[in-house]
Amino acid sequence: MINASLKQLSAQLAAKKISSVELTQLYLDRIAALNPGLNAYITVNPEMSLAQAREADQRIAKSGASPFTGIPLAQKDIFCAKGWLTTCGSRMLHNFISPYDAHVIAQFNNAGAVNLGKTNMDEFAMGSSNETSHYGPVKNPWDKTRVPGGSSGGTAAAVAARLCAAATGTDTGGSIRQPAALCGISGLKPTYGVCSRYGMIAFASSLDQAGPMAKSAEDLALMLNVMAGFDERDSTSLQREKEDYARDLAKPLNGLRIGLPEEFFAEGLSGDVGQAVQAAIAEYKKLGATVVDISLPNSKLSVPVYYVLAPAEASSNLSRFDGVRYGYRAPEYSDLADMYEKSRAQGFGAEVKRRILIGTYVLSHGYYDAYYIKAQKIRRLIAQDFTDAFKQCDIIMGPTAPSTAFKLGEKGDDPVQMYLSDIYTIAVNLAGLPGMSIPCGFGANAMPVGLQIIGNYFDEARMLNAAHQYQLATDWHSRAPQGI
Amino acid sequence: MQWEIVIGLEVHAQLSTSSKIFSGASTAFGAEPNTQADAVSLALPGVLPVLNKGAVERAIKFGLAAGAHIAPRSIFARKNYFYPDLPKGYQISQFDQPVVGCGQLTIQVPSTGSGRTDEKVVRITRAHLEEDAGKSLHEDFHGMTGIDLNRAGTPLLEIVSEPDMRSAAEAVAYAKSLHALVRWIGICDGNMQEGSFRCDANVSVHKPGTPLGTRREVKNLNSFRFLEQAINYEARWQIETLENGGTIQQATVLFDPDKGETRVMRTKEEAHDYRYFPDPDLLPLEISEEWKERVRATLPELPQARQARYVSEFCLPAYDAGLLTASREMADFFEASLNETPGQAKTCANWLIGEVSAQLNRDGLDMAQCPITPQQLGGMLKRIADGTISSAGAKEVFRALWAEGGEADAIIEAKGLKQVSDSGAIEALVDEIIAANADKVAEYRSGKDKLFGFFAGLAMKASKGKANPAQLSEILKRKLAG
Repeated sequence: MINASLKQLSAQLAAKKISSVELTQLYLDRIAALNPGLNAYITVNPEMSLAQAREADQRIAKSGASPFTGIPLAQKDIFCAKGWLTTCGSRMLHNFISPYDAHVIAQFNNAGAVNLGKTNMDEFAMGSSNETSHYGPVKNPWDKTRVPGGSSGGTAAAVAARLCAAATGTDTGGSIRQPAALCGISGLKPTYGVCSRYGMIAFASSLDQAGPMAKSAEDLALMLNVMAGFDERDSTSLQREKEDYARDLAKPLNGLRIGLPEEFFAEGLSGDVGQAVQAAIAEYKKLGATVVDISLPNSKLSVPVYYVLAPAEASSNLSRFDGVRYGYRAPEYSDLADMYEKSRAQGFGAEVKRRILIGTYVLSHGYYDAYYIKAQKIRRLIAQDFTDAFKQCDIIMGPTAPSTAFKLGEKGDDPVQMYLSDIYTIAVNLAGLPGMSIPCGFGANAMPVGLQIIGNYFDEARMLNAAHQYQLATDWHSRAPQGI
Repeated sequence: MQWEIVIGLEVHAQLSTSSKIFSGASTAFGAEPNTQADAVSLALPGVLPVLNKGAVERAIKFGLAAGAHIAPRSIFARKNYFYPDLPKGYQISQFDQPVVGCGQLTIQVPSTGSGRTDEKVVRITRAHLEEDAGKSLHEDFHGMTGIDLNRAGTPLLEIVSEPDMRSAAEAVAYAKSLHALVRWIGICDGNMQEGSFRCDANVSVHKPGTPLGTRREVKNLNSFRFLEQAINYEARWQIETLENGGTIQQATVLFDPDKGETRVMRTKEEAHDYRYFPDPDLLPLEISEEWKERVRATLPELPQARQARYVSEFCLPAYDAGLLTASREMADFFEASLNETPGQAKTCANWLIGEVSAQLNRDGLDMAQCPITPQQLGGMLKRIADGTISSAGAKEVFRALWAEGGEADAIIEAKGLKQVSDSGAIEALVDEIIAANADKVAEYRSGKDKLFGFFAGLAMKASKGKANPAQLSEILKRKLAG
């Protein structure tokens, strides 16, 4: 049951072979047993989950069910969910019970899905290893001495350890794809604007995008069908016709032109990852695809550009956490300024503070043009690189991360090394393109390797098709860590 | 050489939308604290702004009324600073790309000597959309501060003028004119007590022919009287400081109406670095020609156009036309009254500028609260025009209309104010007077024309003031001539 696809689960529920309450309880039991060793969830609330499951069962009985009715999912703790503690991995929100639902949460509620709990994450989604969480690091289910990646590390670990049927993540610079790669699961960051950001706690507004994380591309497509859609409460949400992201899954890949950016296979890529990715490309050729060498000449600038723009937006987005209206307030202070300073000093962790400082600096009078404006210009060049590349190919492939999961604590003292783990994913966010990661083998220490697939704007269905066909031909995605 | 005072104003006009600029929460004034603070007003984690189209349309209206450039594309920016009543830690405003560009406003300024006014053009630099902050309440919280976020997110149009004004009186004239305009076009209720129209004054002094002096900005003046007092105090203080050998430091100052003084809030060194940058949550605001024209079609006839029309169409003096178009209520009242009695524009203007305005003033009312309707006034004017009542009678009718209401005709009837226009009755009366004053008649006929007034007075008295004066005069003249 825990390895079943969403389609299978849906069929079992519809046929009443299992009830949503039973399925939910099964996952809750697994969470109770396995989560202490993984720390994938920050909050589990069996009472609320089971209440939703009971409702789902009634809905199924009355035959008003959707494909998601009764399916137990996990939600990244960045999404506000009514009545749920919503911490964003921060002490700053250690006591914040959301009074409202994020658009993504509401979509799943409307579909009748069950919320199993809120998954752990890097604090305010700032991190690539899940070690910046106020609630402690998440362990990689493949090797508990290693990181799961971040920032959606809790979600990735929960999906890999089968502690939920599927789950949500968010991706600002690689936060869905990199942990998906490191935990051997599938994850998709849609085109910017496909999923509403309403109720998703903002890190860097122009880059943040919600997306699904699951065991297979097929599951991702079904998840995205629920998550995507116009929302008038998000001005950057795109008003497009509703589409079925699963519509092209079965298409053969004959004639698919895959672009391989030379910059993604250069220095910095570890050998085991390179090999697994090349093997995957070979598999694609067998499936009828052709390969084109392309170049993304400005992609090497994406990390520095990102580390100007994302902190700039974050420094402003995080200003609302001031101890005045909700969240953490220092217990003792002498006056208003002292209250702000102590609350923010105690409420935020080191990485968040580092980024607020960088962001404040680059927006300051006298530095703005040199940093922020210049970074915006380069951002356009990076996007243009992709536009040019897509004249030669239908889809771009490469590694998701430069290496497999590293050891807990290994990069803790070196932020730049940590930032480089997103070197292949960041450019996609800067351009607003859709990107995904699927498992494509194992590297050193038997840790999973992720294949990154980048599509043109709104080409999610084609990417999912490519991923699904690969998953029909291989079984990397159905491998589960031992002891799970 | 004389000092010259240089003033520029920044006016915050609260736009009259029913919901906030970036959320659906109500903007009604006076509700219980925080009852109009929705998730967006509270800046809960995860919430996002969505621009209120009504606020944009009001900004476009203003731009069109001020003859200003409407930017086809403008940008919302974040102005970052911490304050407890600023829930997001930034204000969404417009910075280097505002929605309204250069425009102008023609104002009436006191002219030297004549006692009347001259026209002056004040240039408008820009106008931009932004959100208001909440309120910090320092009283009643025993050493703590209460926060009311009802006002947070209320739409404002900040209208910035060039430093074109040269006296407090000119600044007040500009502010009043702007106040009248925003109310005229219906984008702001102009209620200054409720903070719907607030002025910041940038004041500097210099000797003509020398570079402009360093300015100080007087913040948050919410009445025309305070605006005038604050500028006068500030200018006097700056002149005294300079004459005593001091220098002016750029600063933001507050006006204390109780003491009639300004005091420094912060100096340039203490000024915030607001770290403006484009708000990534909002798309650039794009205004098409078509949208602009749709809004233009909803604009009422503007004060200046109406003033010109009153001169050309009704042959009113420019001065009268100016006073009648000082507010939309006055102008509309004038036209509605005139509808009742076409062709009597000058009489109508005289009554509105004279008796009606004076009475409103005495009762502390504005035009919108006028106790008589244009129909009531027009009904009375009609009876003046057709000779039914004399001007003395009209004043009595007006007093009754004001105090008790009703209709002019009924009042004239009840009070017996109808003029006697029966020529037979007047002739009889005149005959009697001529017979009784034979000596005076002889004097008159021998050339003492001045006696005419004596006879007229006697005759009017005999009619108890009801005789139609024109008719009386004509009959008297004929009979005296013999």
